[in-house]
Amino acid sequence: MKGKKTLNKTSKNNFITMGGLLLVYVIVLILKEGGITTNLINGQLVPICAYMIMAISLNLTVGILGELSLGHAGFMSVGAFGGVFVGTLMQEVSDSKVLCLLVAVIAGGLMAAVAGLLIGVPVLRLRGDYLAIVTLAFGQIIKSIVNILYVGLDSEGLHVSFIEKCEVLDDGKLIISGAMGATGIRKLSTFTFAFIVLVVCLIVIFNLIQSRTGRAIMALRDNRIAAESVGINVTKYKLLVFSISAAMAGMAGTVFAYNYSTVAPTKFDFNTSILVLVFVVLGGLGSIRGSLIAAALLTLLPELLREFSDYRMLVYAIVLILVMLGTNNPKIRDFFAKMFARKKTAKEENANG
Amino acid sequence: MKKMKKVVCLGLISAMMLSAFAGCGKKDSGSDVIRIGGTGPLTGDASVYGQAAKRGAEIAVEEINALGGLQFELNYQDDTHDTEKAVNAYNVLKDWDVQISLGSVTTNPCIATAAETYADRIFALTPSASSTDVTKGKDNMFQMCFADPNQGSASAQYINDKQLGTKIAIIYKNDDAYSTGIYETFMDKAAALGINVVSTTTFNTDSQNDFSVQLNDAKNAGADLVFLPMYYQAAALILDQAKKMNYAPKFFGVDGMDGILTLEGFDTTLAEGVMLLTPFSADATDEKTVNFVTKYQEKHNEIPNQFAADAYDCVYAIYEACKKGEVTADMSAEEICDIMIAQFTTMSFDGLTGAGMTWGTNGEVTKAPKGMVIQNGVYVGLD
Amino acid sequence: MEFLSNVINGISLGSIYAIIALGYTMVYGIAKMLNFAHGDVIMVGAYVCFFMTSRYDMPVVVGILLSMFVCTVLGIVIERLAYKPLRQATSLAVLITAIGMSYFLQNAAQLLWTSNPKVFKSVVGDGGIQIAEGLYVSHVTLVTIAVCVIIMIGLTIFTGKTKMGKAMRACSEDKGAAQLMGINVNTTISITFAIGSALAAIAGVLLCSAYPNLVPTTGSMPGIKAFTAAVFGGIGSIPGALIGGVLLGIIEIFAKAYISTEISDAIVFAVLIVVLLVKPTGLLGKKISEKV
Repeated sequence: MKGKKTLNKTSKNNFITMGGLLLVYVIVLILKEGGITTNLINGQLVPICAYMIMAISLNLTVGILGELSLGHAGFMSVGAFGGVFVGTLMQEVSDSKVLCLLVAVIAGGLMAAVAGLLIGVPVLRLRGDYLAIVTLAFGQIIKSIVNILYVGLDSEGLHVSFIEKCEVLDDGKLIISGAMGATGIRKLSTFTFAFIVLVVCLIVIFNLIQSRTGRAIMALRDNRIAAESVGINVTKYKLLVFSISAAMAGMAGTVFAYNYSTVAPTKFDFNTSILVLVFVVLGGLGSIRGSLIAAALLTLLPELLREFSDYRMLVYAIVLILVMLGTNNPKIRDFFAKMFARKKTAKEENANG
Repeated sequence: MKKMKKVVCLGLISAMMLSAFAGCGKKDSGSDVIRIGGTGPLTGDASVYGQAAKRGAEIAVEEINALGGLQFELNYQDDTHDTEKAVNAYNVLKDWDVQISLGSVTTNPCIATAAETYADRIFALTPSASSTDVTKGKDNMFQMCFADPNQGSASAQYINDKQLGTKIAIIYKNDDAYSTGIYETFMDKAAALGINVVSTTTFNTDSQNDFSVQLNDAKNAGADLVFLPMYYQAAALILDQAKKMNYAPKFFGVDGMDGILTLEGFDTTLAEGVMLLTPFSADATDEKTVNFVTKYQEKHNEIPNQFAADAYDCVYAIYEACKKGEVTADMSAEEICDIMIAQFTTMSFDGLTGAGMTWGTNGEVTKAPKGMVIQNGVYVGLD
Repeated sequence: MEFLSNVINGISLGSIYAIIALGYTMVYGIAKMLNFAHGDVIMVGAYVCFFMTSRYDMPVVVGILLSMFVCTVLGIVIERLAYKPLRQATSLAVLITAIGMSYFLQNAAQLLWTSNPKVFKSVVGDGGIQIAEGLYVSHVTLVTIAVCVIIMIGLTIFTGKTKMGKAMRACSEDKGAAQLMGINVNTTISITFAIGSALAAIAGVLLCSAYPNLVPTTGSMPGIKAFTAAVFGGIGSIPGALIGGVLLGIIEIFAKAYISTEISDAIVFAVLIVVLLVKPTGLLGKKISEKV
């Protein structure tokens, strides 16, 4: 009985998250179409969706699986450049913008998933901070490699080279040009498309968490040895989480890249990984809804702080520290705990009465 | 209590939303002022360039407004040298109803904002984003600085013509669009001219401290001239480390090298004999430069670099074009854009960074690079 | 000769990494947290020394001592304000606070001292020794290596012989038990931060003497590399930090010299991954056996 009840509760919670998200989407869309929102807000809608996907996918690794990852932006990079590459090829074949973007996003996700699998292998041997440093290292390696990668396309076909720029005939162009990254990207991403990708990712994550697989993953997080002893396959589940999480980050990367006319490899550096980690920790480990809200608010925050001009990043840092201190302060925690306790007792009374 | 929490949350969210929409109301800053906006890194590690450009532009706007006649209002927004933030910054400017754009200060952000200004039909003149990707395919995007290919091939030509070296080494920054852009065109031109390049090494943002390997490579290859297509911070380190390892070839730089003499604490004897191609030097004695440098120093207690000079020139070039094209403040950005394109492709402009500048329809500027050599801590013309 | 000169350059770069890595590893050993702001304390130390010696023309010794003093105070203040309230919180919460602190220091430095780069005047002067044909070693390199060795010996004696050092080791083993034995855990942690920050000041001065480019982000990349070095050697272990730092420096220089300057970073990190795959807790890290 009790198990069923908690399950229902999470389902209910998930529906609330989805419903709330849909509601926000509709409101924002109406405001946008009505010309009420500023250009600043309109311009941020797609990146916010991309960061939300990043946050929930990292939450899957950090919050649900319980392994710290400091290189999540690396997957985003793989997805961004892989997606742009495939998308550019698609342009030659098809004129449909949506089809182009769709194929690009799927390809970006797949490529990132492969990268995720590669990183998943050392994960099996390492734990804690040692694992974290390996993910950081992978992020740096991906950045270094994209930095020297040149991919060109012309009537003679594809050209790929490292370090030296490859020769491209006049009728072709460089799709990825080393440190310059990809330039001349067609801006295909729309708010609606980004939102749909977000919703798909959310549905996958919610179902994963509630499934047998999800429970196995959380068992691994809570006590690996005990989980192993009841026959849970550590290798399988860890690799699964790493590749799903990477695939989603890759999709976010493609969506993100297609929102700008240019994207450089340095965009997906250590700082971006940390930024996404901040979303996850601030939103609460394991809380998907928290990640979504934190990603949206923290992406908007530096923009809203523009009035402080030169001081805005300083203010951002102070806000970050204060929020962390506040949410971890025992007194404030007790306050919230009491609040929830009262809520519960009130509910039980209602149920009894 | 539950309600309390909800109320608090709602209050917070609505406060954020309100401040987000606060920019909504159209600014009635008077219809007699032309609004000019630009983005640049005002914070973060590239902020030295953005701050300089902003300050240079401010001085020009002040001077122009003091003249009477056309009045400008300047708004510089921070983009932290990031494409995403640059588009955000540009959107802030759009909310402010910007009429003429100064593009972005650094290259990658400028490629991103150039796509936006092109779509919105707002005229843009960037002070310093030098890649050809910035202007490619966009009729309303112009540059005040040399495009990278011009710099690279001009340097190769110059080295060849003056017979400055027989064995050339190059060190460039491979995750920087500016540096790689110049390197690539330099190599193309060098191959065409038959220049003997004996050593090519790179560095990147994460490893821009230690140059011992790169310098060793050049030294062992017997290079007698080292070409440094990079900004002055890294160049200062290279000069310092070359001295520490007893290696004294000729050094040849590009316009990013300007500013090396004004670095606080820099031992200018290290730069003795360094050659560079630059359109601006703060030590020039012509009236315009002296006026600009004194004003800048009074306000900011620093010697301006070429970014400041480029931005200063940008504002003046826009001013000239506005005057000639009879632009008035009540015109829409799109109307101004057409007039400006017509003016810029036909006019000739004299500024701090060159005389008789002209622009092609591709948006690239034509001006003569000046060869300079550093002697006794000052620039001396190299001719 | 080229090989030897690369080795010496590698050791010199590695020595700086090692001194920074010591700060990470000591704090990690005792407080079990990654102090991401450590790299920025280095930057503050370098700025203080720069202003003392270049702007106010004070003797080098005064500059270094003052910068050590400022960093020590800064380290303690950061610990008290930002980390101490989080002692019971999850390690991730502390990590994010440390990152916030790092952003804060960088941005404060930018506002105070602008992002205009400063050229740091080497504290030991220029020049060097021509050991052999084609082998030239600068004074800075020699001093850096020497200082690193001295610090290492000093710290080993300190943690092994003194009362405070023993208290530190006790705290890193088991805080609860240490407290029961009458050790003031909070003071011990503060002293660890103080020592780590003082070392950061020395590292900052040496770093900027060797590579005289001083900007508000000077400390961040060496910080990340040194953190990598600390993990490489086995985080929490003092000799591990030395070995990790020096190896990292040598690998970095060798990768640049003999493979490619373009992908030297990728190679450094790839070697790190391989080492961790073979020895999952770093070169000198403790093997932790898990209990159910």
